[in-house]
Amino acid sequence: MLIHEQSHPGRRATAQAPKQRAALDGIPENLRRAAAPALPEVSEMQAVRHYTRLSQKNFSIDTQFYPLGSCTMKYNPRACNSLAMLPGLLGRHPSAPDSHSQGFLACMYELQEMLKDVTGMSAVSLVPAAGAQGEFAGVAMIRAYHDQRGDHERTEIIVPDAAHGTNPATAVMCGYKVREIPTLDDGDVDVEALKETLGPQTAGIMLTNPSTVGVFERRITEIAGLVHEAGGLLYYDGANLNAILGKVRPGDMGFDVIHMNLHKTFSTPHGGGGPGAGPVGVSKRLAPFLPVPMVASGDNGYRWLTEKDCPHSIGKLSAFAGNAGVLLRAYVYARMLGREGMVRVSEYSTLNANYLARRLQDAGFELAYPKRRATHEFIVTLRRQAKELDVSAMDFAKRLLDYGYHAPTTYFPLLVPECFLIEPTETEDLDELDGFIDAMVKIQQEAEQSPDMLKGAPHTLPVRRLDDVRAARELDLRWTPPAA
Amino acid sequence: MSNDVPTELKYTKSHEWIRVEEDGLATIGITDHAQELLGDLVFVELPEVGAELGAGAECAVVESVKAASDVYSPLSGEVIEVNETLAEAPETINEDAYQAGWIFRLRLSDPAELDALMDADSYAEHAESEEH
Repeated sequence: MLIHEQSHPGRRATAQAPKQRAALDGIPENLRRAAAPALPEVSEMQAVRHYTRLSQKNFSIDTQFYPLGSCTMKYNPRACNSLAMLPGLLGRHPSAPDSHSQGFLACMYELQEMLKDVTGMSAVSLVPAAGAQGEFAGVAMIRAYHDQRGDHERTEIIVPDAAHGTNPATAVMCGYKVREIPTLDDGDVDVEALKETLGPQTAGIMLTNPSTVGVFERRITEIAGLVHEAGGLLYYDGANLNAILGKVRPGDMGFDVIHMNLHKTFSTPHGGGGPGAGPVGVSKRLAPFLPVPMVASGDNGYRWLTEKDCPHSIGKLSAFAGNAGVLLRAYVYARMLGREGMVRVSEYSTLNANYLARRLQDAGFELAYPKRRATHEFIVTLRRQAKELDVSAMDFAKRLLDYGYHAPTTYFPLLVPECFLIEPTETEDLDELDGFIDAMVKIQQEAEQSPDMLKGAPHTLPVRRLDDVRAARELDLRWTPPAA
Repeated sequence: MSNDVPTELKYTKSHEWIRVEEDGLATIGITDHAQELLGDLVFVELPEVGAELGAGAECAVVESVKAASDVYSPLSGEVIEVNETLAEAPETINEDAYQAGWIFRLRLSDPAELDALMDADSYAEHAESEEH
């Protein structure tokens, strides 16, 4: 029930109500509304109960195992929140002079340095406010680099078919034509196809390593060599950084530019469009193009670098310097882990994924890449179940909700039929992983014995199976008051 | 997959079908196998009438709740007509991929290109092999 539907004329919750009417002096008469907006009229208790109930219906990392592949839904330590919300940080005005922001600037400077260190890049800008904006900044820098050299013939960005959908979208946003190359049956990029696609028209390639099929790209140094030889640059999509954190560095693999999803890898509550942070790191030759403002350290303390200091910068991407709250949480997280702890992130996320993969395989599930060791995530294909029992990956996913687990990513990557992309992350313990395996085994039995029950799942949640097809075809996001 | 691949049509590896009509125009759509893989379609972006397409050019988009997929023009030519009903009823492709679910008609600029297309048997084999 929407809160609007609980409305009773005249009810008020005074706690949040403004003390006095706002002055309308500056607003011209013709722009003022004639009637009050149709806001719900409820008591404070109604409002509290409504939103508390909603939050209880939600699946979240604080309440459930959430193995949503490619999204790194790991536990977010409470300390990151409480320290990022220290009064001095929370009350800081973004326009305050540098001399009044030394503490905050010190955190940001050190975060830049730590990210450089852990990725092997020469310079980092924290500005991009999300992964997609980080990607945009990265490819915009590739473009700026070629343009500055007068190399205007480079019009193509190469993207493997397993890539995140944002990669080709980013390339197109930056004015490039996308050339797709296939993935081999073992999950590696088809290097022969890459060779045929490379040429004087190649601006760069966008890769995720480990790739979205959950395996490490073994020929990455060879790929880097080929792309550089052709005059192109390598873009690293940091979506899967959790798998290699502290172990392998994109800079050492030969990448020229990387974006990091700090909200994923460096632990901020995310999903559902919450704030993100997508810092970019670059090799030496791209450093002049980094987006501003960045933080520099000097004899007089820390200070913001602007376009005056960085004349070749691709410029600003938002009003200020990214999402400060997310960056602070990432800083605290990195400080708490330290160098030793960061390695454990990748070690345990990989261990957990491989444990789940092998146990599910032993239980009869088919792995999409059985010959490869999983990284931090892996793919199960339910194509046999679809063929023999006529139950889909979506039916399995919905039934998992009844067992109290958020479903893994379904139907991505597109090149594996009826797939689950499963990412347990390093923060889950053995009991939780075993519980998930038990649930999968039970659902398999249900699929064999009563497939129709599975197709009707979920059975225990506040809403049953949603008709996503109808929702897409007849999109309706408006609430209109019933006619009196 | 469904086994009834109409024998009178030509096909591409990227799952388009082509029917050469009596007036010489080519009608183009996506195969029943392709719509089955995509699932329920929720949106179709049609090419523009009058557009000149090269063989292999991206010219339309079919979108389901699972994925958005490009449609490639199998042949070179000018777009003469598009199936406007798909804008309101994309499910027509799910229901009747080979007849009512056609996407666009092309006036061919190089009919010799037809020879490079697959017949029903080779397409069925190709679709089967993609399933592994």
